[in-house]
Amino acid sequence: MSATPASGAPSAPEVPRAPLVVEFPFTRSLGPVQSAFLTGLRERTVLGVRTAGGRVLVPPVEYDPETSEEIGDLVQVGTAGTVTTWAWNPDPRRGQPLRTPFAWVLVRLDGADTGLLHALDAPGPDAVRTGMRVRVRWAQDRGGAITDIACFEPYENGDEGGGESGGGNREGGGGNRHTAGHAAGHAAGHAAGHGKAGGPANGEGRRVDPAAPGAGRRAAAGPRPHSGAFDDPVTGVVAPARLDYTYTPGRAQSRFINALAERRITGERCPSCRKVYVPPRGACPTCGVATSEQVGVGPRGTVTTFCIVNIKAKNLDIEVPYVYAHIALDGADLPLHARIAGIPYDRVRMGLRVEPVWTQGGRHPDHYRPTGEPDADYDTYRELL
Amino acid sequence: MRDVAIVAFSQTDHVRSSEEVSEVEMLMPVLHDVLGRTGLRTGDIGFTCSGSCDYLAGRAFSFTMALDGVGAWPPIAESHVEMDGAWALYEAWVKLLTGEADTALVYAYGKSSPGSVRDVLTRQLDPYYLAPLWPDSIALAALQAQALIDSGETDEPALAAIAQRSRTAAEGNPHAQLRGPRPQGGYVVRPLRTGDCPPVGDGAAAVVLAAGDRARELCARPAWIRGMDHRVEPHALGVRDLTDSPSTRLAAERAGAFERPVDTAELHAPFTSQEVVLRKALRLGGSVTVNPSGGALAANPVMAAGLIRVGEAAAAVHRGTCDRALAHATSGPCLQQNLVAVLEGEPHAR
Repeated sequence: MSATPASGAPSAPEVPRAPLVVEFPFTRSLGPVQSAFLTGLRERTVLGVRTAGGRVLVPPVEYDPETSEEIGDLVQVGTAGTVTTWAWNPDPRRGQPLRTPFAWVLVRLDGADTGLLHALDAPGPDAVRTGMRVRVRWAQDRGGAITDIACFEPYENGDEGGGESGGGNREGGGGNRHTAGHAAGHAAGHAAGHGKAGGPANGEGRRVDPAAPGAGRRAAAGPRPHSGAFDDPVTGVVAPARLDYTYTPGRAQSRFINALAERRITGERCPSCRKVYVPPRGACPTCGVATSEQVGVGPRGTVTTFCIVNIKAKNLDIEVPYVYAHIALDGADLPLHARIAGIPYDRVRMGLRVEPVWTQGGRHPDHYRPTGEPDADYDTYRELL
Repeated sequence: MRDVAIVAFSQTDHVRSSEEVSEVEMLMPVLHDVLGRTGLRTGDIGFTCSGSCDYLAGRAFSFTMALDGVGAWPPIAESHVEMDGAWALYEAWVKLLTGEADTALVYAYGKSSPGSVRDVLTRQLDPYYLAPLWPDSIALAALQAQALIDSGETDEPALAAIAQRSRTAAEGNPHAQLRGPRPQGGYVVRPLRTGDCPPVGDGAAAVVLAAGDRARELCARPAWIRGMDHRVEPHALGVRDLTDSPSTRLAAERAGAFERPVDTAELHAPFTSQEVVLRKALRLGGSVTVNPSGGALAANPVMAAGLIRVGEAAAAVHRGTCDRALAHATSGPCLQQNLVAVLEGEPHAR
């Protein structure tokens, strides 16, 4: 790392970079329709919802996408269906359903009028076409999630799915990349049988898009009404997400970080209002212009305000309570924030004079500690509060 | 109703990586440039609105730090949308129509280089049925492309021709990331090849809006917004007809696009196949110049690319090379949400 120029037009030092992982589990509750659908998947049953217009939506939603009416008329559809469009994915990415090349597909399950997005395990793009018959391959471990469908698999000889689980033998040629679902002998036929009359237009109207290849091979059996009731229904999903980034801090912060590694604290002065910002962020937020003139500040400073932290942060090996403070470094026009140590937490006060403490090999101050100087007069930092 | 016009447009050079600058450092020169074209300063602007997405670069609250580049003191009237800047433009336009402000600054930026935008965009999907499968943006566009091929509306050579035409047009656009034609390359997600996909990159853009006589003071030939509307379709891909875009058609109708023909259209079609859908929905004939800038296939800074379509259309009016333009912006997978604006120049100022 080259030295940072003291001021003026800085050269372009190596861009500092660091991996940044943003990871978060979204915990979401389910509406009654989503709950029935996802619980159904756990039980190897695929449910759809019928709209007032008679369309069967799979996957089902709580509100009619056309009328925004609340809907809840559940039906059981087949576990086999027809591919309505596909895309061959030669290079699966993290989190996707299969680790070997596969086809993304929209599948219109028998009895449904809409497509379900999932993966199709096929040996290659030549084995996939719009209109082909496929069936669900269930995941071995199912907990009530869209991933309870491990993927779809070709099912060219099956003219109807009829709600049977798509277990049993794997299609040949796919190898043993995945476990072959579950043992057979777990016939579907759950729940069902409440007294509701089948919805309107059970046969007609659902045969949408007659142009779609394979539409004529749709199962004769229509979707059966389903109560949606299961034991121990799923009421929520946790969707973990992870995104990976390479963080680079930009010109101004790079200059700051590079100087800090040499145990120098530098701010940057606004060419317009002359304020010195530390740490600099590249622009004066008051004037909206770039800061570029570097100014050495501190290392000593004054506590302008502070708080006492009583809750231990995860993965942070600092005993509570401790003090986190705003510190106006000498020569800076904006306070930065840092931890105060080397003094009992209940002795920290506004006006306390402090200095940074670097640990061995540290690229930034670990904390600030009292200098022993007399406290600063309030008027010297009142504008920095 | 007052007349509102776009009076200035500016954009960065769009690049694969702007790793040496922060978002505000990337954006600030564009803000200075667009204000400089009008002679306005931040304090003169009645309303400021921006569009961006923190997930692209993985920086929480980056839009507040971007605001540092505006100079928001004394406090300004300001708003932000976690969407493409075209929707920020819509908000600003409405604000001006109400008479609450006479001028507005609209900007947008996208820094995709720190992360993997294909994966980042999966996080905008339905968290129950889609997000757990991580279907990336190219995969979803490929499903749409295959549906178009199956329906006979396009084929791979036609898609390649769109790619070629767009990047050839970008030879005249100094800001574009891909200037000049490229080989179509292999399949990324079949049927989409590398050439059918937009480049991944970083960039920013800004426009200034003004109402009535203020617009005439600030610009020799203002690009008057004759209408603007945006419409959304169901999120679930399986519910939609992927070969059509009824939301685009409806937005265009409501924006007045079909009242008289346009001579120029800037379409926000990040994938070649999406231009096929948009041309049909917008009934664009062969006499319309489509994407003379090169479009999103030549530079696609996510969250700014839609605003850039409007800005490019406006700039063509400013230059006098266009009298009536259609600008389109999209958001969400497979053209889920669409905005259409109609811009016109006044004949006497030619």
